Amino acid sequence: MTGCDALKLKNIMEILEADSLTGHDLLDAEVHSACGSDLMSDVLAFVKEQGMLLTGLCNPQVVRTAEMMDMRCVVFVRGKTPGADIVDLASDGGIAVLTTPFRMYEACGRLYAAGLSQED
Amino acid sequence: MEPLTLRYTVDGDSFTTAGEASTDMKRSLKRIGADADLIRRASICMYEGEINMVIHGGGGQASVTFDGQKMEIVLTDRGKGIPDIEAAMREGFSTATQEVRDLGFGAGMGLPNMKRYADEMVVESKVGAGTTVRMVLYDDPQRNA
Ligand SMILES: Nc1ncnc2c1ncn2[C@@H]1O[C@H](COP(=O)(O)OP(=O)(O)OP(=O)(O)O)[C@@H](O)[C@H]1O
Ligand SMILES: [Mg+2]
Repeated sequence: MTGCDALKLKNIMEILEADSLTGHDLLDAEVHSACGSDLMSDVLAFVKEQGMLLTGLCNPQVVRTAEMMDMRCVVFVRGKTPGADIVDLASDGGIAVLTTPFRMYEACGRLYAAGLSQED
Repeated sequence: MEPLTLRYTVDGDSFTTAGEASTDMKRSLKRIGADADLIRRASICMYEGEINMVIHGGGGQASVTFDGQKMEIVLTDRGKGIPDIEAAMREGFSTATQEVRDLGFGAGMGLPNMKRYADEMVVESKVGAGTTVRMVLYDDPQRNA
């Protein structure tokens, strides 16, 4: 990990104009890095540091993948709102769930501009 | 450390519940205080394997044993089997359907990923009879260095 700032989830919410669906108690937690992907195997293969996953997919495996990788937060882009099953799963795993109206490119761009690096 | 023996039945018809066994294993390993890096590696191996059992293998049985030093994960299904294991182990090789790809899997990364994170891995398969994946992981502080 090189030269990345940490952002609190509540700052990330502001940057992404996001709503929080679960994990309200985690909003003071910090993440140091993020990754955007619609390919869960890629996330499982290349992501090393715990952080946050942005994705355009909307199924329970997104949350399970995040939990396997010790991530703190999943952000659903493009205004996708996950069902209660997905939100409950995240809640059980101690993972915050955010939903942002931005598309993947803009959501990642905003976070990158705010100083959040990618996972490496 | 308290030794661990876990057994799971993996439902081959439900993509929604796929990963339940891995989640339970991960939480169990955390509970007994296993090393964080070992937990991470074991979780990736187990989860990729469990997803494979569901999307390719029609479901089956998973077992995990851990004595505090050595962990063994065995995944057995009675699915269609793998005709060419060497090809299947190659990064990017996948027979997954478009439906599976739309769900975020099918990049042909699972088996290579499991091999990378396990210390030992053996895949045995017979077409029409099923597949067994056996992985061994050691709690090795050297690996973190
Ligand atoms: N349990 C299994 N039963 C039958 N075939 C399998 C099994 N596991 C893997 N395979 C075969 O091996 C191929 C490669 O598996 P691998 O896990 O590497 O990739 P994938 O599952 O296709 O995609 P990804 O893991 O990236 O989501 C699969 O596409 C499938 O053809
Ligand atoms: Mg796979």
